[in-house]
Amino acid sequence: MGDFWSDAEAIIHESCIKVPYSWQAGETASYFLTQLRDEGKIWGKKCPCCKKVLVPPRKSCPFCFVATDQWTEVSDEGVVESFTVVRRDTIIQPKKAPFAYALIRLDGADTGLVHVLGEVEPEAVREGMRVKAVLADDRKGSLLDIAHFKPVGS
Amino acid sequence: MAKRAAIVGTGQTHHRSIRRDVNGQELINEAVTRALADAELTIDDIDGVVIGNMDHFEGINYVDCWSIDGSGGYLKPTIKLTTGGTTGATVAIAGYHLVASGMFEKLLVIGWEKNSESDTTGAIITCSDPVIDRVVFAGAVAGLALEAQAYMHRYGATPKDAARVSVRDRRHACNNPYAHLRQEITVEEVLNSPILSDPLRLHDMCPRTDGACAVIYASEDVAEKITPKPAWVLATANRHMYSDFTDVLDVSSLHSMVGASRELWQKLNIREPLKEVDVIELYQPYSWAGIIWIEDMGLCPKGEGPRLLWDGVTDMGGELPINPSGGVIATNPIGATGLIRCAETVLQIQGKAEARQVPDVKLGVATGFGGCFWTDMIAFGSKKPN
Repeated sequence: MGDFWSDAEAIIHESCIKVPYSWQAGETASYFLTQLRDEGKIWGKKCPCCKKVLVPPRKSCPFCFVATDQWTEVSDEGVVESFTVVRRDTIIQPKKAPFAYALIRLDGADTGLVHVLGEVEPEAVREGMRVKAVLADDRKGSLLDIAHFKPVGS
Repeated sequence: MAKRAAIVGTGQTHHRSIRRDVNGQELINEAVTRALADAELTIDDIDGVVIGNMDHFEGINYVDCWSIDGSGGYLKPTIKLTTGGTTGATVAIAGYHLVASGMFEKLLVIGWEKNSESDTTGAIITCSDPVIDRVVFAGAVAGLALEAQAYMHRYGATPKDAARVSVRDRRHACNNPYAHLRQEITVEEVLNSPILSDPLRLHDMCPRTDGACAVIYASEDVAEKITPKPAWVLATANRHMYSDFTDVLDVSSLHSMVGASRELWQKLNIREPLKEVDVIELYQPYSWAGIIWIEDMGLCPKGEGPRLLWDGVTDMGGELPINPSGGVIATNPIGATGLIRCAETVLQIQGKAEARQVPDVKLGVATGFGGCFWTDMIAFGSKKPN
């Protein structure tokens, strides 16, 4: 028996998976998103156990495993805790590269919110930079109703 | 180091076609919270978590991590298992293995699904071989229709016989406050429902459901301190048999069920399961399985399943009630479905099944079925095994 198979053409079967999803936000996130869309306000929820204000809000605290019970409005301004600059375009990105993503701690919140930075050169972004939410003109009940965060004072 | 192990608490969500009020994590949380309350334990008592679902139904493939708001798995050992339709039964078997190993004392086991979030067939199709099966033959309904056709052809049963199975389970579901479909249907309604894939009609098939289930395992060291009625695991068996759907030429029997049930009865020293088993929660995704698979399980010879159905042997009040909960025909959150079979069997052992309680259950069997025709089985008993 020779290696009769080694000369065989390797068949590559091309296909794709394209599946629609309808992800339910749930009533907690729905309140957060409708308030953002309709009032331009950012709300968190406070854990009765560790007292942390979770933004975006959660129905139960992942740290204490108890139900959160207190809605708390937080500021639309905060501080960049960390950031990265996207250099290459992919279809899942909300903006054309290059642009910066930042982990933002809003004033009054105890958790981070990741969002896009705008109205700033990526090279100028720094940890500790204060930023402010810029609302989108056409708001749809999505986290992208915040178009981006811009440096405070710009 | 080996320990005997039991389920000491169960919890499940109220199952619906769409649970718009909660996201997936919150759905899981609901079942977990209820299981902990049932066992009168807190999340701090739990020393490990096993969770399962099918990735493509929600499009999330790191569920062990993503789900901790719901599972309570924060900084605990957490393992995700996915085995298609059998997922819920597989997590139950795996949970038993972990506790029986002596390495976990109190273990939380979760199955869940938000079936409403995607195209069920589009997702299920990912279980099958992409080059062979997916091109010509795949999805949930067609494979089962092939089994029903083969059985009908070989044994002369009719769609009316199969309709009797749907009628039974939908009637049973009316006793279960957690069930998804809680309206009775008639044989005529089944036979007049829209045809999907010959011979299967809409009411021959399970629905797709949003739901979650959680159970708590405990080792023999603590089980009887947690509850006066632990449901002890007596034996498990499972069989896989798949590379392509069309590998098996005789599809008038579920060969994995034949193999798994023989092993289970042997381990339990059971000769006549129809007489010796008190209740079965059968993972029965379509009506014909209620005939074909109980024959394969050895409850009666091949071809005699319809007689058991029409004689009411498997109804509530019959010699061996099947699916007091209403089963999969009434409720099918796929990753939870097998675990619901276990939880419902445990409720029967514990005497907590309320309106759907079968009297004096000492031995109950739960099964799981997976998309590519595999079978899981678990036997629970009221008496601590020797």
